[in-house]
Parts: sequence; C-alpha cells; structure tokens
Amino acid sequence: MSTNAQRIIAEAFTPGSGKSVKLAALERAFRVLSPATAKLALSEVCLTYRTEGGQRLLALDRIDLQVRAGEFLCVVGPSGCGKSTLLHLVAGLQSPTSGRILVDGQPVDGPGTDRILIFQEHGLFPWLTAGENVEFGMKMKGIPKAERREKARHYLRLVHLTKFENSYIHQLSGGMRQRIAIARALATEPDVLLMDEPFAALDAQTRDLLHDELERIWSDTGRTIVFVTHNVREAVRLGDRVVLLTFRPGRVKSEFPVTLPRPRHLEDPDVAAAARHVLDELREEINRSLEAEYSTGVKPRIEPGASE
Amino acid sequence: MKRTLRYFVFYGLLFGVWILLAKLKIWPPYLFPTPWGVAEELRGGFTDHTYWIAIAVSMKRVLIGYLISVVLGMILGLGVSSSKFLEETMGGLLVSLQSLPSICWWPLALLWFGLSQNAILFVVIMGSLLSVTLAMDDGRKQMPKIFGQAGRNLGAKGFKLFWYVLLPASLPFIVSGLKQGWAFAWRSLITAEMLYMSLGLGQVLMMARDFNNMSAVVAVMLVIIALGFVVDRFVFKATERHLQHKWGVAATS
Repeated sequence: MSTNAQRIIAEAFTPGSGKSVKLAALERAFRVLSPATAKLALSEVCLTYRTEGGQRLLALDRIDLQVRAGEFLCVVGPSGCGKSTLLHLVAGLQSPTSGRILVDGQPVDGPGTDRILIFQEHGLFPWLTAGENVEFGMKMKGIPKAERREKARHYLRLVHLTKFENSYIHQLSGGMRQRIAIARALATEPDVLLMDEPFAALDAQTRDLLHDELERIWSDTGRTIVFVTHNVREAVRLGDRVVLLTFRPGRVKSEFPVTLPRPRHLEDPDVAAAARHVLDELREEINRSLEAEYSTGVKPRIEPGASE
Repeated sequence: MKRTLRYFVFYGLLFGVWILLAKLKIWPPYLFPTPWGVAEELRGGFTDHTYWIAIAVSMKRVLIGYLISVVLGMILGLGVSSSKFLEETMGGLLVSLQSLPSICWWPLALLWFGLSQNAILFVVIMGSLLSVTLAMDDGRKQMPKIFGQAGRNLGAKGFKLFWYVLLPASLPFIVSGLKQGWAFAWRSLITAEMLYMSLGLGQVLMMARDFNNMSAVVAVMLVIIALGFVVDRFVFKATERHLQHKWGVAATS
C-alpha cells in the first residue's frame, strides 16, 4: 500500500474530525488504492533492454502513474529518459518487463484502438490520401465505406483540412500532416490519445496554432491525453499536470499540477513562471544526461538561470 | 533539351562508327553484319509477322513466370524476414543460390517437366524468384518501422496488417529488387528458348544462326534489347519514380 494511501486512511480515521471530512478522505483513499477509478494506471512498470553487447539496460524503473479520465497529462524529461518508450508501452506496441498497465481497470494486452499513439514523424501512410488515412482505423474495424467517409469528413473538419481530403501526404505541409495524424487518431474514437512529441519538428508559428487547436479539440471531445515532450514550456501550456522523468533509468521524479486558467498561451508570464519551476528540476537531469554522454571528455553544464 | 542532344550525339556517333566499319569492308558481311542488312532483316521480320509472334510468345511466357515468382518470392521473403531462424538458415542459402545461373536448372527441369512450356517456366521462375525473395526480405528491413507500428496501433493485424500496411509500405524498397527479378526472368527465358525450339525470340535467334544469317541474329538481339529497355524505362523506372516521390524518399537512381 502506498504511503500516500496510508496517510489518507489514517486521516479518515482520526478521531474528532467531522463526518464529511472522513468521508472525503475515504473517497480519496479509495481513488488512490483502486486503479480502476483511473482511466489509465501504471503500477511498478519496469522495462529492461538487452543491448547489442548483451548487457541489460534498465530503461524504465518502477513507474507509478495514474491519469484521470479527461485529464491532459504532460510527461517531460531529458532525451533518453524513456518517455517515448512509456507511450509505446501504454499503446501496447511493447510489453513491460514487469509491472502492470491498466486502462479502465483492464490490463493492456497488445495494441487497441481505445489508445491511439500520435508519432513525432506523424506515421501517416503515403500510399493513401489524407481522407483514406483518417478512414484507416475504421476500415480495419470493418465499418462500411459510406459511414467511414462521412465520419472522416467530420474529423477533417475538426482539424480544418476538409479541402485536402483527396491530397496525398507528400503534398501537405508538416503542420497539416500532424493535423491529419490527429484526425486519424480521433477517428477511431479512442478514449486515450498518446502523443509522442508531435509538434517537435514544426516551426514555432505552426506549433502555436496546433497548441490552440489541440486544446480546443481536447475540451470539445473530452479525451484523455498523455503528451510527451522535451519542451517544458509546451508541457505547462497544455497540461493539467506535468510529470518529470529522471534520466536513465526513467523514474517519476516529481509531479507539478498546473492550475493556470485556460486558454493559455506559450508566452503568458504565468506559463513562463511555472515552466521555470519545472525547468529547475529538469536541469539536474539534463546535466546528468550530458555527463553520461560526455563522460570521457569535458563536462558541459547548464547553469541555473540559463535560458531554455 | 541538353540531355536529348547528348543522347543523339552519343548514339549518332555509335551508329556512325558501325556504318564506317561496315563501309570499310574489313570483314565479310557474314562475320560483321552491316546496318542496312540488319535493317532489312528487321523490316522483313516484322512484316511477315515472325517477330510479332515471337515477341507475343516470349512476353507471355516471361509474364506468367515472373508473376508466379513475384507472388512466391513475396511470401518467401516475408517468411524469411519475419523469422530469425529462417533468416539465419535460409538467408545464406538464398544468396548463394542467386549466384547460380538459372539455366543450370535446365537438365533437371527437362527431366521433371519434359520438353515443354513448364520446363521453360520453371527456369524463368528460378531465375527471378530469388531476386524477389531477397528484395522482399530487404525491403521489410529497410521499411521505416513507424508504418508497422502505426498500422498495429490503428487496429490492423495479421493478413490485414500485411496487405494494407506492410506490403504498400515496403513497395519503394522492393521495386528495384522486382526490377532485377524481371531482368533475370527475361534473360533466363531467352536462354531457355535458345535451347528449346518452340517459337519465342530465343528460337528466332537460333534459327538465324542455323542459317548463318548474322544480320538476322543482330536484328533479334536489337529487338530483345529494345523490349528490355521499354519495360525497364516505362514500367519500372516510372513506378520507382512515382513511389519515391509519393513516399518522400529521395531518388537514389
């Protein structure tokens, strides 16, 4: 039992406190103890790789994470902390070495269309048109063509790309491709969207625009989103909560609830201030990753106060 | 424009040298065919339909053999690429078998299938099967992993995953192997036809040889080269360009 739950239960049974306080505490304890109440629950998830040399490398170390239904969770960490791997595990494309991943209380067993992953490199199929890409998940489910087409149009409208239904992927810009990827993911009507640095390769203006669109789509559709990024500002701008992972092996280092009012903007002073807070902790991990990388030579350090 | 000019200059020169050598009459015409002799043979061959029939027969054979080896090769290649055991065991065998000219199968093919179309088909298939298999195996490895992941993620599995995702995703990477397979099939066919007399371009060429008509031999050779060029340029090159453009892969050849 987690110490957190123990503390809450102890609180519930503290003599003298009011009935409503006790009830509320019990309810919270229940929520903490029962993974079924979370949309997505990872407990003690570990992943070890076997390297080329036959060594075992611990990539993820006892990850405990709960995501509420409809929550926008951002995961940040230095490159190589295993944050993308974490998404692949949740998506069911890889299996953890140990630990459990539950979606709605059910263990994850392989890929499922209730969890759709959006890749940094969008992963759209170049042999299909934008519309056919959006239809793909429905086609695999065996939904008839007419219905598929209509639904695909709906999601294309949602990302403002109706006009490009019949364009092939190579005819679209980077930002458009990422929007098609979002439409394709939404079209399978997943409960959970897993986004793996989806905007990292885009220019600043396009990214700002897509932040707004994603926030709008999220609040319109009420999906649960797990969003991985290395950009702290982006995480704070989008997330209800930011989880920071440590550098190799990836562990949950700390969590930061973000209570700033929405809609937010990347340039908001509040966002910047909150990001600074996260960044101070992230910096330690980045330094560790740099040291690991340059362990044979000079050790550059990022000093506190340096710009992002 | 410049390119076309270069083509014209190059082939013009080549042709010029041929005419010059023929005019100089260093060798008798039955040893060194003249351009006008070859042209006369080409005209004759096409007007009396000999070449047309031969082309039709040869193309039909090579198409059937090639299609069979594409289907078989894709299945084999997929098997090899998806199993580590097969990769390690059969992979080496395939590569070493590829160094064997497929006409070496001719004696066995004759025993197994008799002096028939099937013997020729067998040799053609053996000629291109390995190229296609290796190309498929290689293509699966070169193909970006993201397509398979995205496909599985969107609910594709088993045959659907192969048909709708893995196969189209690997196309740009296997098309050059398919082209090579075609070239091998074509060569194997002509060789087999030269050994087995029954229509086809190979036989027309051997007949010309039997009549000691070197102009006709060269004429048939030109027809074979032209067919190879047309298929390469208008089927494979065009497909390759189209795919690479669409897939966003930088053109390599």
